[in-house]
Amino acid sequence: MTTSSTPPQKISRETDLSDLEYRWGFVTDVDADIAPKGLTEDTVRFISAKKNEPDWLLEWRLKAFRHWETLQAEDAEPKWAKVKYPPIDYQDMIYYSAPKSPEDGPKSMDEVDPELLEAFDKLGVPLHEREKLAGVAVDAVFDSVSVATTFADKLEELGIIFCSFNEAVQNHPELVKKYLGSVVPYTDNFFATLNSAVFSDGSFAYVPPGVKCPIELMTYFRINTEGSGQFERTLIIADKDAYVSYLEGCTAPIRRTSQLHAAVVELIALDDAEIKYSTVQNWFPGTKEGVGGVYNFVTKRGRADRNSKISWTQVETGSAITWKYPSVILRGDNSVGEFYSVALANNHQQADTGTKMIHIGKNTKSAIVSKGISAGQGQNTYRGQVKIMPGAENSTNHTQCDSLLIGDRCGAHTVPYIEVQNPTARLEHEASTSKVSDDQLFYLMQRGISEEEAHHMIITGWSRDVIRELPFEFAMEASQLLKVSLEGAVG
Amino acid sequence: MTTAERTKTIESYAADFSKTDGGAAWLADLRKKAWAEFEKLGFPTARRGNELWKYTDLRRLDARAFVRGEAETALSGEELRKAAPWSDEWHTAVVINVRFAPEASHNLTASDIAISDLAEAAGTQQSTVEPVLTEIAPFEDNPFVALNTALFETGLLINVNSGAELEQPVHILHVVTDGPENRAFYPRTLVIAEPGSSATIVETFINLSEGSQLTVPVLEVSLGEGANVRHFRVQLENEHSIHIGTTRTEQPADAVFESTTFATGPAIGRNDVHTNLAEEGAETTLHGLYITDGDSHQDNEISTTHQKPHGTSHQFYKGILAGKSRAVFSGKVLVQPGAMKTVAEQKDLNLLLSHGAEIDTKPSLEIYADDVKCAHGATAGHVDQSMLFYLMSRGVSREEAAMMLVTGFASEIVDEFEPEPLRDFLYAKLEQIIPALDSEGIL
Repeated sequence: MTTSSTPPQKISRETDLSDLEYRWGFVTDVDADIAPKGLTEDTVRFISAKKNEPDWLLEWRLKAFRHWETLQAEDAEPKWAKVKYPPIDYQDMIYYSAPKSPEDGPKSMDEVDPELLEAFDKLGVPLHEREKLAGVAVDAVFDSVSVATTFADKLEELGIIFCSFNEAVQNHPELVKKYLGSVVPYTDNFFATLNSAVFSDGSFAYVPPGVKCPIELMTYFRINTEGSGQFERTLIIADKDAYVSYLEGCTAPIRRTSQLHAAVVELIALDDAEIKYSTVQNWFPGTKEGVGGVYNFVTKRGRADRNSKISWTQVETGSAITWKYPSVILRGDNSVGEFYSVALANNHQQADTGTKMIHIGKNTKSAIVSKGISAGQGQNTYRGQVKIMPGAENSTNHTQCDSLLIGDRCGAHTVPYIEVQNPTARLEHEASTSKVSDDQLFYLMQRGISEEEAHHMIITGWSRDVIRELPFEFAMEASQLLKVSLEGAVG
Repeated sequence: MTTAERTKTIESYAADFSKTDGGAAWLADLRKKAWAEFEKLGFPTARRGNELWKYTDLRRLDARAFVRGEAETALSGEELRKAAPWSDEWHTAVVINVRFAPEASHNLTASDIAISDLAEAAGTQQSTVEPVLTEIAPFEDNPFVALNTALFETGLLINVNSGAELEQPVHILHVVTDGPENRAFYPRTLVIAEPGSSATIVETFINLSEGSQLTVPVLEVSLGEGANVRHFRVQLENEHSIHIGTTRTEQPADAVFESTTFATGPAIGRNDVHTNLAEEGAETTLHGLYITDGDSHQDNEISTTHQKPHGTSHQFYKGILAGKSRAVFSGKVLVQPGAMKTVAEQKDLNLLLSHGAEIDTKPSLEIYADDVKCAHGATAGHVDQSMLFYLMSRGVSREEAAMMLVTGFASEIVDEFEPEPLRDFLYAKLEQIIPALDSEGIL
């Protein structure tokens, strides 16, 4: 990963982050194939037809759409999160846009639209390089349509399926039909229901029994096209005794109007399987005045069967608003759920994020480490639920959530919901909120380290418990992102 | 709840309101406003989007009508001394059902305090009472404070003179007498601690009846600059009753308020405490112990607002849960912009002794200032097996060891009940309560 190209500069506390360029703020001019504005049953049918979907999937989408209409009528859009935004006009959005490409899609890298490739280069997705150097297969999603997949052959040998969601619908309908909506049903919540009706594309991975996926699967998401929502659907299945590590990273170009992103991610870890899901999210956070930016309203949930493990790691530095609670349903005995998160809210960013750990099986374990950083006028909320059901004998949870405040106009909030219905469970929650310690700063600065560098060192060290959970290349990028995102906030 | 049901619920309380002697004109006006607020709000029974009552279902309040209890004075001093903590040295104001009963009270006159009937004082000491009553516990958006304000009969006013340091506690003993079920009680207490004064206030709620009753107490504590009030609240309810208690204070500069509660018994109990650190250097300590068993439900709604710099707050609650009971801790610390150098701690530790018991704990922090030190923690678990083993390996029987550990867990809070007769009373209570807990044989 390249490091920040901005030269080091003296920044005072008063300086705002967005005085600095959003590094990935460019617009790619691609002639998109766009659905008409608004959301009706016809929009759903249009998307489904565009995707050449089987009838059962169209039916499922329509059920979701009808349910969403009832939710709309009840005004059931969630209001409980600690975020503020003007009402969203769901009829003033475009629900489908796809880059123009031959009907069959590109067969190799050579066939990929050069303009797209250029965009990926700017994003820092060196497809060719990565293929060789990092052994990462990239399924790049550009405005909802998968444009290039590498390493497919290598994965195929092992029986691993890694493709776009649409390809999975065409080629592996039995798997999609079996698992789609099994963890996040279309009735789950307002935004998940919306996604179920209009999802455009996403990623699909299946690892067969006993197979350890030898490389990290990676998808880059990007949002483009003024006023378009993006609705990914990701489904990852680790069959019995399988292992997979999945990376998701995101950037988006500067846009004036706010963009809604309502994705759904479903993870299924069957008996003895393990799924590691890592995210670096760096979407456009809006200007320093709080104009624009992405609304990131995401439902992520995993189902953990017997002896399985699901681990979520996230570094959330972007988006104007983040509403996201990656969860694990620990329904199998001895299953394990983990959540590691660094969330940053600078300028006018608002983040309401956390996790849910639902302990159903016996001897289930969960661990939560959440680090929230607030700067500028950012508002950062950890909201998490740990629920121990009556049958979850000998379950344990340990939760640690720490918040760091930088500047006197930001906010850091911690709202845990701990519900215990079994006396043999052991549960511990601890949290702290403070600013960067003056003593630590002084210690570093008296050794000749600049104030800004000292801040960065302290923050990096403070978030280390989370960062080290990331795969190596991601850890570098994440650490860099924190630094870039906080430039101007400290000093 | 349908509108029709709601109207029916409110009507049953409206009858009591029409019978209430409003008292002084300003108080009668205030009661009307409070009643209008209650009529508007009804009971907070909604099960969706009702964050303040997320874990406490009040629908049974709508299922029956509680009628305000009658005044009663036929209680012997003997009976009181048996049922409640007592010391002849304390200043004990006894409130029986709905009325302050000076004849049952003890040692009321002392040089630095005045203990009087609040409704009367509203007329005779208007300039003292009017500026504070409902200022500290506003009834807007709070149906229980509204109901209490509209329906309390006598109430109590406790005034501690400026600079006075009371040697003995003031004990407010609220007694619900034996009698028919479905009675309602609205104890109202206003404590005015003038600048620089120091006092200990003990509030005890005992219920001598076996039927289902509703008790809705409100305590307002008005503190002067540098005043120091230690408040101890003992809630001993019967298992059919509903007890929704509200404690409010507002703290000016350097005022110190400590409130420690002991709650056990009711079908539904709620201990709602809010302290507002309005000026610099104020300090608040909110501690409590709740013990639930059977089908009991105890909810603790504990919140502190830091408005100004250099405030300190400590919230520390502990719970012992057995049977099929349920307890709730909902703690909140709000640090307003500019409240720098705030130090806030929040902790809730729970012992779960049986399958079927449930703890819902929600310690939350809402912080809008950066130069602060705030921390919170929560735990839930069973009696520690290694501690049990340690004791048993030294020849202590399993039951005795468990008893020691559970009592030890409780004692961290009980030890904070400073007045000795009160502490002794609570330890004696623990000795009765703990062995009887439905703990799947561990005790």
